[in-house]
Amino acid sequence: QGRPVRRKLRGLDSETKKQLEEEEKKIISDEHWYLDLPELKEKESFIIEERSFMPCEDLLYGRMSFKGFNLEIEKLMIQMNARYKTKEMEEEDTMEADVSEEEMARRYETLVGTIGKKFQKKRDQRILQDEDENSNVTPNKTKKMFLKPQD
Amino acid sequence: LAGITAAIMAAALAEERVGQVVLPGDLLLLPAQPEEDGERLRLGPVAAPRGRLLCGPGLRRGRAGLVVTKCGLLRCRGAPGLAYWVDTQQRRYVPVKGDHVIGIVTSKTGDFFKVDVGGSEQASLSFLAFEGATKRNRPNVQVADLIYGQFVVANKDMEPEMVCIDSSGRANGMGVIGQEGLLFKVSLGLIRKLLAPDCEIIQDLGQLYPFELVFGMNGRIWVKAKTVQQTLIVANILEACEHMTAEQRKQAVAKVLEN
Repeated sequence: QGRPVRRKLRGLDSETKKQLEEEEKKIISDEHWYLDLPELKEKESFIIEERSFMPCEDLLYGRMSFKGFNLEIEKLMIQMNARYKTKEMEEEDTMEADVSEEEMARRYETLVGTIGKKFQKKRDQRILQDEDENSNVTPNKTKKMFLKPQD
Repeated sequence: LAGITAAIMAAALAEERVGQVVLPGDLLLLPAQPEEDGERLRLGPVAAPRGRLLCGPGLRRGRAGLVVTKCGLLRCRGAPGLAYWVDTQQRRYVPVKGDHVIGIVTSKTGDFFKVDVGGSEQASLSFLAFEGATKRNRPNVQVADLIYGQFVVANKDMEPEMVCIDSSGRANGMGVIGQEGLLFKVSLGLIRKLLAPDCEIIQDLGQLYPFELVFGMNGRIWVKAKTVQQTLIVANILEACEHMTAEQRKQAVAKVLEN
């Protein structure tokens, strides 16, 4: 049955009761669930463990061909062995752009406007025409009428 | 007390032991790191800025430095990317991730091949791990073919897995090795010696006649030349290299050149 343990201890002294309770608490407290080890300090791990010889010894590529026996392998040899040494150089080189970045920005700026106009109604288009880049509203250019030549 | 003194005597600065024979259990101290715990170090001024240290095969990270786990010669590599490792000699290969090896296909079951790489277990190679392989376009690999590939999974808890493709999906020379040629086995240390950047043996052999070589880090070498005799000559020289001095080797190569 679910009777608490204290009922059974009715006959004992209050002191022994308290002691037993304290012992129970000691056993089943939060610390019970942690291992009693000293705190391991996390040292700066600047040592990296590595089981392979490749990064230590800078070995060459495993396939080799001599005197033109296998031309593809010879090309690969140059490529793979050079890649190892000039890895840093490759990272520094940036692709030369055909079109400069400023021009790209300019193009995109106008492109957005052009495509945007497509989806606007006629009324909006007329209003849009007036606004300049500086968002100054310039007056509509008056249509050129035929001017009679003065005598 | 005797044990403690023995341990202290076995501990020395890593720098001093470079090039010497080290035994398992030796402790290698690193500069600016005392034998006591790290607290004392922090109180005082830090001696030198710590860079990255690569602890290669045969070494493990210990409390006060590096602990040696294999016997051999201690090697090191200089300042950028400081590395220490033990140059061991063995014939038995243990699969390591990233190593390029030569394997022999032993069986073809369903979606992958079983490849013998000389380790304790056979490696598995998926049929999709070849360049340009799709479920419909299967690679043409038969049992007893030679494969040059690299490990992607290789630890003591799992079966090793290899692939014939690199991280960007290109073959880069990996895959099935051609039909003819000779495969033979040498010790692992010799392979590393031959693959060192300025290896004289390879340069000397390259002068002889056209031929092709593939080195597997598992101790296997594949040679192919135009005739059987030339192939055998190259194979014999490579096998004997381990025990010959440089002069003996040059004599042998010169003899072959004369013939």
